[in-house]
Amino acid sequence: MSKLSTGAEIVFKCLEDQNVEFIFGYPGGAVLPIYDELKNHNSIKHILVRHEQGAGHAAEGYARSSGKPGVVLVTSGPGATNVVTALTDAYMDSIPLVCISGQVPTHLIGTDAFQECDTTGITRPCTKHNWLVKDIKDLPKIIHEAFEVATTGRPGPVLVDIPKDIQFQKTTYSKPKRKKKLNGKRHNNFNQNDIDELIKLMSKANKPIFYTGGGVINSGPKASTLLRELVDATGFPITSTLQGLGSFPGDDNSFLGMLGMHGTYEANNAMHDCDLMINIGARFDDRITGKIDEFSPKSKKVHIDIDPSSINKNVKVHLPIIGDVQDVISSTLKTIKKIKPNFANSNKQKISKWWEQIQKWREKKSLDYINSTETIKPQYAVQRLYELTKGKDTYITTEVGQHQMWAAQHYKFDKPNRWMTSGGLGTMGYGLPAAVGVQIAHPNKLVIDIAGEASVLMTMQEMSTAVQYNLPIKIFILNNEYMGMVRQWQELLHDKNYSESYTAALPDFVKLAEAYGCVGIRATNPNELDDKIIEMLNTDRPVIFDCLVDKQENCFPMIPSGKPHNQMLLGPKDQEQNKITGKGKTLV
Amino acid sequence: MSKSAYSTPGKKGKFDKHIIVVWVDNESGVLARVVGLFSGRGYNIESLAVAEVDAKLNISRITIVTTGTPQVIEQIKLQLRKLVPVHKVADFKREDKNVIFKEMALFKLVGNISKRKKAFNACKKYNAVILDKTNKSYVVQVTALRREIDIMSKNLKKLGLVSVSRTGAVAMTRGAETFK
Repeated sequence: MSKLSTGAEIVFKCLEDQNVEFIFGYPGGAVLPIYDELKNHNSIKHILVRHEQGAGHAAEGYARSSGKPGVVLVTSGPGATNVVTALTDAYMDSIPLVCISGQVPTHLIGTDAFQECDTTGITRPCTKHNWLVKDIKDLPKIIHEAFEVATTGRPGPVLVDIPKDIQFQKTTYSKPKRKKKLNGKRHNNFNQNDIDELIKLMSKANKPIFYTGGGVINSGPKASTLLRELVDATGFPITSTLQGLGSFPGDDNSFLGMLGMHGTYEANNAMHDCDLMINIGARFDDRITGKIDEFSPKSKKVHIDIDPSSINKNVKVHLPIIGDVQDVISSTLKTIKKIKPNFANSNKQKISKWWEQIQKWREKKSLDYINSTETIKPQYAVQRLYELTKGKDTYITTEVGQHQMWAAQHYKFDKPNRWMTSGGLGTMGYGLPAAVGVQIAHPNKLVIDIAGEASVLMTMQEMSTAVQYNLPIKIFILNNEYMGMVRQWQELLHDKNYSESYTAALPDFVKLAEAYGCVGIRATNPNELDDKIIEMLNTDRPVIFDCLVDKQENCFPMIPSGKPHNQMLLGPKDQEQNKITGKGKTLV
Repeated sequence: MSKSAYSTPGKKGKFDKHIIVVWVDNESGVLARVVGLFSGRGYNIESLAVAEVDAKLNISRITIVTTGTPQVIEQIKLQLRKLVPVHKVADFKREDKNVIFKEMALFKLVGNISKRKKAFNACKKYNAVILDKTNKSYVVQVTALRREIDIMSKNLKKLGLVSVSRTGAVAMTRGAETFK
């Protein structure tokens, strides 16, 4: 007879067979048998966080930067409810997470027992799938299936809820079995005809554009390499969503910058005026499209996505191609090489007018701002940070708000998996714990959280985690004492009624850093900024950098909600010029 | 300028009635997943019928009557297919002549014999069967279309109808073929 293992042992055997190296978690009554078993499994290291939400975001940062699934271990009740935000965040941004939660013993389920909650009920809408393990015999199969569901197709979070009595019971362990497809779910569903059709559209186009998203990153580093080849082979301009940054070099001439609500003038106008839009791994999110009825009215649209339900969800497309980005681009490149080896050159003439137009838009310099010698402009701070860390293979995480958009606009990425930000859910407090996870995955790399002072306070407790594990993360706070993006909307759209968006009592971040046992640095004017940033970079310990920036600065350009892409609000420089020509503060 | 952080709604398309049939693993929580998908994404459910159809393979069949624009109906199908316990999804237009739709209803009729007979006769063309009989009441079973049952339950009010219980619609294609 084969050896029997307890449920807790089986959890670790599964994790070992899934090559898990790190678990982010927090112990509690209903997971104690699993925590008891931890000591017997040296290949798996547990990272003790300070709040379960932090565990979730740290696992997200780990997953996003390494391409491997993040693993979270929490207890029942509050442990599980605290991780819900992170699960939802991972669901929106397609990050593979496997969350294991403890549950009260099976005989107590439904009795409102201590620390009981309906975990599978609560997490059903924010996971790809979840399981409540009611029979020990199902446990190995379920955990292996959980990893499979989390990492295949469009990745996402899953949760396995294990009652405490199941963790003690015994059964035989079984190894993972790779299945071709799960309940008939296939991930590549395109054929050569689709590719031929795409190439036909590409050769007809006069004003083409690639619009790429997080799907390119999720498809693996190879997809980013292939994307570069595809842009080279076609000579088409390319723009990226927030989540797609890094899949194409940010300083390349073909790259028009990020698109969307705070995207560049050239990217948004090109999206509006193009005649062929090739969406690769993006999902026509409302921050991208603006007003749907007026979104890119004259273009043929191609949508390459691994998730069939992304097709025609928000925007009707002419040619859907369902498949893994890497496989689709690879087939496309092969076909181009075969039938039009000289495509880029032969096409140059045809799209030269388009490039001229793009050049005109570029001359608007929509990311420009009025710099100051007195106060640090937040854009300037991000630019200096970029210049001083460029070439160091830096990993950047962010919180959510103005600083996030400035980071996306002014920090140029040239590799995938270097940019971790909460795009879909927009979770303030994401960046600090995500940086913890990134640093765990890449112990010798520079990891910086570009933060806002309001966001970072939401998960500040994770500094304690960073100190415990000697993770030299850098928390670069653009401190304007406001919830900046809220303040901006109030200024522009609510008659400057700054209702509750000012934080009247903030901690002294330098002293706070010291209290946590890390290093605090403050920069108060532009003259000292470079030296302080260098001091931060030279510190081999966790740092909280309090960068005091202009309190009134707004994030431009901006497409106000409900407006199409060609009605952007530009920054103060442009507004000044418009005043001279008498246009006032109208939309451009 | 819009004061909302979100865009204003665009044009709404025409609503069609569809019958969606879903084959799922019969496991705990599966109905909640399907129903939660509908409520979470704001889709309609007009009626719902669910039962195990294959005990050996452990498969249940869920029949959902819903309304939506063609785009919404397409989304419903694609979102359903993403659920892990879902095997296949069929979609029939309400007008489809190749598909049989049926609902069952139980009527409790209370009153004197002539009134009850009159009521029963009114039900006759809908496969009416008397399932229970006392000297004051009938329980009558009918199978019909939704709108026919709607009309009957309205008309029978004056003939002593005191209670109605009805199922959601179930559907099946005509002919020898089955849905793959």
